[in-house]
Amino acid sequence: MIHVFNINDFYCALDTNSGLVHVIDEIVYDLLKDDSFKSESKVKIISHKYGQDITKEAIQEINSLINNNMLYTEDLDVENKIKPAVKAMCLNMAHDCNLKCEYCFASQGNFKGKRSLMSYEVGKKAFDYLVKSSGKRVNLEVDFFGGEPLMNFDTIKNLVEYGRSLEEKHNKKFRFTITTNGVLLDDDKIDYINENMSNVVLSIDGRKDVNDRMRKTVNDKGSYDTIINNFKKFVSKRGDKDYFARGTYTSYNLDFAEDVKHLNEIGFDIISVEPVVAKPEEKYALKDEHIEILKKEYEKLAKYYIDSYPDKNKRFQFYHFNIELDGGPCIYKRSIGCGAGTEYVAVTPEGDFYPCHQFVGEKEFIIGNVDEGITNEEVVSKFRNVSVNEKPTCRQCWAKYYCSGGCHANAYNFNKDFKVPYKVGCELEKKRIECSIMIKAKLQ
Amino acid sequence: MIHIKTLNNKKLTDNISVKGCGECQTSCQSACKTSCTVGNQKCENQ
Repeated sequence: MIHVFNINDFYCALDTNSGLVHVIDEIVYDLLKDDSFKSESKVKIISHKYGQDITKEAIQEINSLINNNMLYTEDLDVENKIKPAVKAMCLNMAHDCNLKCEYCFASQGNFKGKRSLMSYEVGKKAFDYLVKSSGKRVNLEVDFFGGEPLMNFDTIKNLVEYGRSLEEKHNKKFRFTITTNGVLLDDDKIDYINENMSNVVLSIDGRKDVNDRMRKTVNDKGSYDTIINNFKKFVSKRGDKDYFARGTYTSYNLDFAEDVKHLNEIGFDIISVEPVVAKPEEKYALKDEHIEILKKEYEKLAKYYIDSYPDKNKRFQFYHFNIELDGGPCIYKRSIGCGAGTEYVAVTPEGDFYPCHQFVGEKEFIIGNVDEGITNEEVVSKFRNVSVNEKPTCRQCWAKYYCSGGCHANAYNFNKDFKVPYKVGCELEKKRIECSIMIKAKLQ
Repeated sequence: MIHIKTLNNKKLTDNISVKGCGECQTSCQSACKTSCTVGNQKCENQ
């Protein structure tokens, strides 16, 4: 399977099964598009356009790649070699929040349940389970999430200390991450987070009016002015450690590239602004009719990205334009998907396990708890058998080894079927991959 | 080649017998977790 695409003056052919990316010229693009080089009549037309000799030369190059298994590589029968072991956790430290963002998937923080905070005892048991269940895996991931996790910061500090105490004894390495809305981010917390968290997600949507329309305080005021200085201070002290200024765009700001620009201009240099996932009846939801507009917006953002690159003061990273062509994960990892319910679980303040944070509150998806571990094999098995090649739409898709099948929760929420991916998400993901490859090629 | 330039040096199919350790970062793709797609992750065993 191959995918040929062009953005402005950039032409590319991607070989899905080998993962090889070929930058091509317009002649090769015309020859590969719709497999034209295989049709005598189409080759005649192309020869007429470019000249016979040059067309022949291009076809020879195409055939050389095919003969060397670099183009039209055959489908692989990838049997899952990675043994399932829970090695990553999302700890919902607070089912409570000090903002009430309109698009919040967690129902303004409480996940449709009562407001609560995770106790140290529950978190400790979760860590013990993680160490045990991860077997020989060394790297463990713990994401402090919510609601707003800073509402339970003392417990987070105690849990980090507990996690560190387990590392040497069990030959484990904890990577702690945290997501925050910034309201409670003071000097002490900034210093602690910078010292202890390997990655931090700072939630902000972009321009003030865009942010304030969706991200409101409990008094219905915009949150931008409350958080912006906290975030700026955080970034100034972060050094070269990872973080993201992370926003959500909705149908209200289809020109989201302007929000990325704004975030860059006010001092954030690692940015992720993402499409909202919402029921179609919500006014702010992204729908099929928005897809083409959004694709153009990604192209516009890619241009801004490339134009900003030569100036070190303007250069920034846009998370979804990062792509690893040589140092990325192996084919096994790319096949099995996100690992929800098999490698990754979400833990509620009460100690219940869910396949991931997106399912929290949907009681039928409880798969276990901190005392008994995973007990609901029936639900877990549904998450185990959703590798990218087991999904009919994905199996035929050129992007399958870049996205590994998309978000299970989105598939379930939109289509009630783990094997049918969420269309808007897929279309935007594909465009982001194309833009990433173009950027990689242009900046090499 | 004149018309084609290949960007990567490795194929997904290279050395697959020694791959699959499972040490890499989980790749949650939900938007609220920054939609980490496997395409932008790194292999822990490089």
